[in-house]
Amino acid sequence: MTEITATRTENTRLQRIGAVLRDVMARPSGAIGLTLVVLHLVLAIVSPWIVPYDYKAMDSLQMLKPPSGAHWLGTDHLGRDVLTRTLMGGREALLVTGIATPIAVIWGGFVGIFFGLVGGRLDEVLMRVVDAFLSLPWILKMLVLIVTFGTGIEVLIPTLAFFYGIPVIRIARAATHDVVARDFVSAARARGHGRITIIRRELLPNVLDTLMVEGAMRWSWMLLAFSSLSFLGFGVSPPTPDWGLMIADGRGLMSFAPWGVLAPVVALSSLIIGINLTADALAKALGIDRAQKAPV
Amino acid sequence: MSALIDIRDVSVGFTGRDGRTREVLRNIDLTVAPGESVGLVGESGSGKSTLAFAAMGYLKRGLRLLGGSAAFNGNDMFARSRQELERIRGGQLALIPQNSGQSLTPTLRIGAQLGEALRLHSALPVGQHGARVIELLSQVRLPDPEGIVARFPHELSGGQQQRVAIAMALAGDPVALLLDEPTTGLDVTTQAHILELLRDIAAERGMAMVYVSHDLGAIARVCDRVVVMYAGEVVLEGPTRQVLRAPAHPYAQGLLASIPRLDDATLPVALDGRPPAPGEAGAGCAFADRCALVQDKCRATRPPLAAVESGERVRCFFADEARRDRGRRKGAAPVRYSRDSAMLTLDDLSISYARPHLIDQLLGRSSDLLPTVDDISITIGKGETLGLVGESGSGKSTILKTIAGLLPPAGGTVAVGDHPLPRLVEQRDPNQLRQIQLIFQNPDDSLNPRHTVADILEQPLKLYYGLSSTDLRARSVQVLERVRLGAHYLDRLPSQLSGGEKQRVAIARAFAADPEIVLCDEVTSALDVSVQAAVMDLLNDLKATQGTTYVFVSHDLAVVRALSDRVAVLYQGRLCEIGQTDHVFSGVSHPYTEVLLGAVLEPDPDTAPTLTADDVVERAPPAQGCPFQRRCPRKVGTICETDTPPWQSNGGDHAIRCHIAREDLA
Amino acid sequence: MLRMLLRRLFLGAITVWIVSVIIFAGVEVLPGDACTAFLEREAKGKLLENCREAQGLNRPAVERYIEWASGAVRGDFGVSANGQKSISELVGNRLRNSLLLAICALGVGVPLAIFLGVVTGLRRDKPVDLFFSTAAVFAMTIPEFVSATVLILVFSVWLGWLPGIVLTSAGAPASEFFPEILLPVIVLAMVMTAHILRMVRSSVIEVMAGDYIQMAILKGVPYWRIVFRHALPNALLPAINVVALTIAWLLGGVVVIEVVFNYPGLGRMMIDAISDRDLPVVQAIALIVATVYVGVNLTADLMTMFLNPRLRTHALRGS
Repeated sequence: MTEITATRTENTRLQRIGAVLRDVMARPSGAIGLTLVVLHLVLAIVSPWIVPYDYKAMDSLQMLKPPSGAHWLGTDHLGRDVLTRTLMGGREALLVTGIATPIAVIWGGFVGIFFGLVGGRLDEVLMRVVDAFLSLPWILKMLVLIVTFGTGIEVLIPTLAFFYGIPVIRIARAATHDVVARDFVSAARARGHGRITIIRRELLPNVLDTLMVEGAMRWSWMLLAFSSLSFLGFGVSPPTPDWGLMIADGRGLMSFAPWGVLAPVVALSSLIIGINLTADALAKALGIDRAQKAPV
Repeated sequence: MSALIDIRDVSVGFTGRDGRTREVLRNIDLTVAPGESVGLVGESGSGKSTLAFAAMGYLKRGLRLLGGSAAFNGNDMFARSRQELERIRGGQLALIPQNSGQSLTPTLRIGAQLGEALRLHSALPVGQHGARVIELLSQVRLPDPEGIVARFPHELSGGQQQRVAIAMALAGDPVALLLDEPTTGLDVTTQAHILELLRDIAAERGMAMVYVSHDLGAIARVCDRVVVMYAGEVVLEGPTRQVLRAPAHPYAQGLLASIPRLDDATLPVALDGRPPAPGEAGAGCAFADRCALVQDKCRATRPPLAAVESGERVRCFFADEARRDRGRRKGAAPVRYSRDSAMLTLDDLSISYARPHLIDQLLGRSSDLLPTVDDISITIGKGETLGLVGESGSGKSTILKTIAGLLPPAGGTVAVGDHPLPRLVEQRDPNQLRQIQLIFQNPDDSLNPRHTVADILEQPLKLYYGLSSTDLRARSVQVLERVRLGAHYLDRLPSQLSGGEKQRVAIARAFAADPEIVLCDEVTSALDVSVQAAVMDLLNDLKATQGTTYVFVSHDLAVVRALSDRVAVLYQGRLCEIGQTDHVFSGVSHPYTEVLLGAVLEPDPDTAPTLTADDVVERAPPAQGCPFQRRCPRKVGTICETDTPPWQSNGGDHAIRCHIAREDLA
Repeated sequence: MLRMLLRRLFLGAITVWIVSVIIFAGVEVLPGDACTAFLEREAKGKLLENCREAQGLNRPAVERYIEWASGAVRGDFGVSANGQKSISELVGNRLRNSLLLAICALGVGVPLAIFLGVVTGLRRDKPVDLFFSTAAVFAMTIPEFVSATVLILVFSVWLGWLPGIVLTSAGAPASEFFPEILLPVIVLAMVMTAHILRMVRSSVIEVMAGDYIQMAILKGVPYWRIVFRHALPNALLPAINVVALTIAWLLGGVVVIEVVFNYPGLGRMMIDAISDRDLPVVQAIALIVATVYVGVNLTADLMTMFLNPRLRTHALRGS
């Protein structure tokens, strides 16, 4: 009904990214979400230079002190400054998930697109294997590896990247099926383009939207997994500051020192909510409905 | 008598992204008397459906009433309470929707949906509802109404769904029916049957009808009066005969000229330009930019809808000139080529979609399914256009896909010149690939939404000619100019083009390869008539300049008639008739061709379709004998069921496959 | 129809079989086995050798897999590495406790989620929608241990309304878990409700924008009748699959909550087993959880198929 006459004549990739970004920022959820995410990223990078104390400096005279002028958010059971530890508590999580998320999306995406395109028996078999992996609880899969190989980032990154890439296979495969059914792919086939060209030129640009939204969601789930592992004592090892660990440490004392728990709770929640709000806005800007997805 | 539907000065609009109010309907006046049948005609975006819905007091999400009133039987539909509207809608005033397949609730059985309409709007005691449902279903001429009651909507064919929708509308004993493109998307024979049914029912019950359609042929058949809409306004209103015979508005004039006619072998005349987007019409006449008679006055002031002597109301300062202007523009003659050497040969081609089931494969059982397409042998000359016609499911598009190598044949060969082509596109060499290009029905689907026009055109140029980037740009511009688009289109995305422009880009992409053979799969079906005329003209031009061989698939016989040198008629994937266009469309023809031609609706109030066969949808061809045996009005006897009919030729290249002797086929 | 059913069951069985291979192979590939875990520091030389001999760990992997798998089919998962108790007995109570938790959470969450999903979907962009949609994003994204911690702080520590920790032992009768079970149920139900609500909402919005709803309006069908008869049967069909995935997640992924609340369910047992490197127990739990996951999803698929006339016809024709 509303036909839009072309007024812009430039359509470079950069401009599209700009347009999508503007669209995201124009939505309240996108504006709030993106602000939160950017704030967290900036803090994670600059925190070592701006924190008031050394994150591992204990002070036996200052244990479990409520917020004050010297310690804005109080101190923990070892007398360490909660503000310092909260500001730095996301660094490890962001580093690990920041590397693991792109890897997961890329490998899952490629496998998904490939099998979505090939189809047939091989595809059937792969989907059963994917189902099998998804049917095992994530925490079990991860813990078995972590307990065996340790909790360093050299274990955590590949483990997270591997397991979180598996659901991406499904998403990428479904998106590929949707695109393959369209005539422009038949047109490219009829012209005689090779499979690689068709994937690169026809499929990728269209599947990429879905993968971007998927990536944002994987990122938030990975953060959730990472902090849960820390909370359970299988993640970051002390004295490195980490929100999950801080919550676990402070939990037993929260009846008389709730600040030790509340500060990391707010920090972690605001980051994950920020990512999700951004993902919601991004999905809307790109025209993808992401609510129709279950927790996997 | 007072008006049944009385729409006064209605304006409807929405708020655009820029915050401005954009009008979709502008100051519409429309009255419909009891028992009268009025056609609302216009191209997509003209606001005709919005107007019909407004008559029910309903606007789609996002739209709002800006002014005016819509009364039905004295009730102002925009001022009544929800309960009152619920009583009127589906009762005295009923709607028959465009796409019944999507307008019937998928989880409710037909019986339940009709029963609901009765419960809401009929005075009958509940105990008699069951019988009444059966009665309604038989009134709309559905076979086996008892069986249909228990079915779900998706289990019916498109024609059956449309009949159910009509039955549902009749359940409330309406005095007025609103019909929103009720036959769009249906096969010609089904469409003709539905229209006859509607005519009969309306006449029987004395119902008023508001018939919304882009198809002047359908309007001509059912309406007493026609309202022509353009850019949200009424531009012409008058008795059907006058509007169709001597349109007093330049737009109606152009619209009529752009419709291809079965009895006219010339190309229709395209209407250049496009209508203004909502809210973009300036102070003057909305049609001024496309009008041949435009004067300064037209651009400055908006002409009023004024009555003229002959009884119509026209929104034009120069109605008399417009009427006189008629017939001045004549369509171009289609380019005809004589056959010399064979370009494309299909030899005993058969195609099967069905793959044997895994379990059958394992047990070594052979599938008993018949091939979708069978026994196709056609030779197409260099520079010739072959039209392939038939109803949906006749296998026309399947044949194109096999020629293009997208679908492997189950048997037989496709050859270009003397060289047989490999079965699949992946096995063909670059020159074989370049020779054959395919154009799809819907450019929204065949152009990658993320590629600019330049990206789209560069693909064949790089693939077949390996051009460098500087040559690419220059060549792309040439290719674009060939389809009458300027170089400034290169950087646009498909979403920034109109439907016609998109299809031109798709055509340009095919011709960038300098192909010998172009396969056109319903290339004009998704377009408005005026745009369709322009695309037909373009294809004809390219044929003249490039000497291209076309295989042209369409369900629209008039379009095929205008463009084709020869025509092949398909039923259930089997050939019924093939020959020169003139021979197929007049004189001796196959019973199926006769049925198809009889069902075509001309935009002329004095023609009537002849309906000889049922519009039953067959799922699969019969195992033996003539493919058309089950629907044939001239079936001879058991021979039709047992023996494949012989080809009967006129000595030349016109051949009919029928058991009836050629002399008796008249 | 029967053929379709059998085909689905067959595919489900294949998936469970692949899971069992992955579990078994995973444990094989990882360094260490039941004996190294049991013997801990003494796991070397003759002692280790004897233990392996006694446990039959020296036999070929395929042979052990067959023995394990055939035992599992009969419900016999062998004995745990430390303590040498029958795993089936150990798991039994834990499984019941986890089911109890899941059923309570589902009983609260599913009706609430569907109700709120329908309300927010019908009142799209109105205040009620904005409120619950935003709340759903919070409930869905905040890690369970965070929301659990906050709820304990508020309801247990500050207000003192509910116990913040479960002290009942694993074998106690189900009734004894009340009211201790309430907080974990609330946390679980919150997350679950958020997921299902979002899905139902978007499904309702999509259906309400459909042609057949417009048709029903213009047929004069009263609003609530449109909602209940025309819209909801179509909008809720996709919810079945989401509920199924949620059930599977409840049974497998509630590990964290069970730890937070000290709840004696399957999840905590799993964590303990992993920490102790009690591999036979880990294998058993993994297989049980995976089978439940596959079974629940299979049931959901079949239910959708029976309830959706379109898919039913498709299945009857035998695709």
